[in-house]
Amino acid sequence: MAGTAVLGRLSWQVAQVSATVDETARVRTIRLDAGQWPGHRAGQHVDVRLTAEDGYQAERSYSIASAPGQGLEITVERLEDGEVSPYLVDELRAGDGLELRGPIGGYFVWDGDDDRPVLLVAGGSGIVPLMAMIRHRLTIESSAPMRLLYSSRTIDEVIYRDELDRVAADAEGVEIFHTLTRAQPAGWTGYARRIDQELLREVSWAPADGAGVFVCGSTRFVEAVAEGLLALGHDPLSIKTERFGGTGG
Amino acid sequence: MPHFISRGFQGRRRRDDPEGRVPPGQYLTDDFPVLSAGPTPHTPLERWSFTIRGGAEPVTWTWDELRALPTETFTVDIHCVTKWSKLDTVWEGVSVETLLEHVDHHSDYLVAFCDGGYTTNLPLEDVTGGKAWIAFAYDGEPLDPEHGGPARLLVPHLYFWKSAKWVRGFDLRDEDEPGFWESNGYHLYGDPWREQRYWGD
Repeated sequence: MAGTAVLGRLSWQVAQVSATVDETARVRTIRLDAGQWPGHRAGQHVDVRLTAEDGYQAERSYSIASAPGQGLEITVERLEDGEVSPYLVDELRAGDGLELRGPIGGYFVWDGDDDRPVLLVAGGSGIVPLMAMIRHRLTIESSAPMRLLYSSRTIDEVIYRDELDRVAADAEGVEIFHTLTRAQPAGWTGYARRIDQELLREVSWAPADGAGVFVCGSTRFVEAVAEGLLALGHDPLSIKTERFGGTGG
Repeated sequence: MPHFISRGFQGRRRRDDPEGRVPPGQYLTDDFPVLSAGPTPHTPLERWSFTIRGGAEPVTWTWDELRALPTETFTVDIHCVTKWSKLDTVWEGVSVETLLEHVDHHSDYLVAFCDGGYTTNLPLEDVTGGKAWIAFAYDGEPLDPEHGGPARLLVPHLYFWKSAKWVRGFDLRDEDEPGFWESNGYHLYGDPWREQRYWGD
């Protein structure tokens, strides 16, 4: 829990990669065995540090994908101009070590300690911390109504697609809405446009229902979603955002 | 203790750091990423004001009054706790020192408050002596709302979350009290050269 972080420094430790899972052509999940992992909250992230033979180092932050208490997994998208993400997606393999510290962040988190509705809005790899929240809800058998609105360019770029399909089919109280903005397969019944105010109106609860909202994606995506929710009358303080600029990675 | 080596990692070394201007753990970017905990506020200038509380009496400037104060154009490097650094950014603003000259106080700390509810804490000595500004222009243009416009605090020698966007004033304090990120796992002071990112660093 976050409270433990105040007790001491978040120390660097070498975790062991126990498995990797290719989610899409550009996205990989890395399962890690971190001996001194203090546990985490859904929505938190870790810092990862790579070190070359000559001592050169590069650090980045990655959202945790796994539910609290369900081990440590990160899901990483390869950025073509990136320095760290190509290594994590293409080079790193089971048995390797990976230096990290965490968990980090105490605001963009969902603990599931009340039954308020939760709206999750993801753009691309912004799904990762929100997936931790969905998994957490299922793990603790929360009765908080949860909806995910997930924007991807194409069906092949939908991360966790099979798992989300299973959640949509099986989980009571969890609803999944996809929108594909660039291309849609034949017979597609989901949304087929960028998220706009009307789409948010259809998917979100009324502001009076007091839903907590988590939005994660690129800056342009988050700005558009947050503006749309404000225009629908949602309380700015109910909307938590996490943005990535798509730089460096 | 020998350092852990990441098997097969070369690193891009996209640019050298010839003058030692990139703090540990940071990488350079030419972009200007945006990080905010919530939606971007849009306060009209006619309703905008800047207030310093906690002195002998509160002192408030309207937008026009703030813009009538002497301004400075300055070039600084900025360092975000999410690891990016950006060199030679050009800003225009009013020095915090200029504002504090109008306030009768004996405080050692401040909490900056903002539209949207964000706060951040700073020692007074880190915002005086030409080290901090209320900035309203970036790269010769009015500051974009997603980057903190109409005005943001700029304290470039600390991690960039201290440079509070949408700033509306200061509460002067006798004690150092944690602000928003400082209450959510991030360091109370935030010196990038000592890599003070998180609690306990």
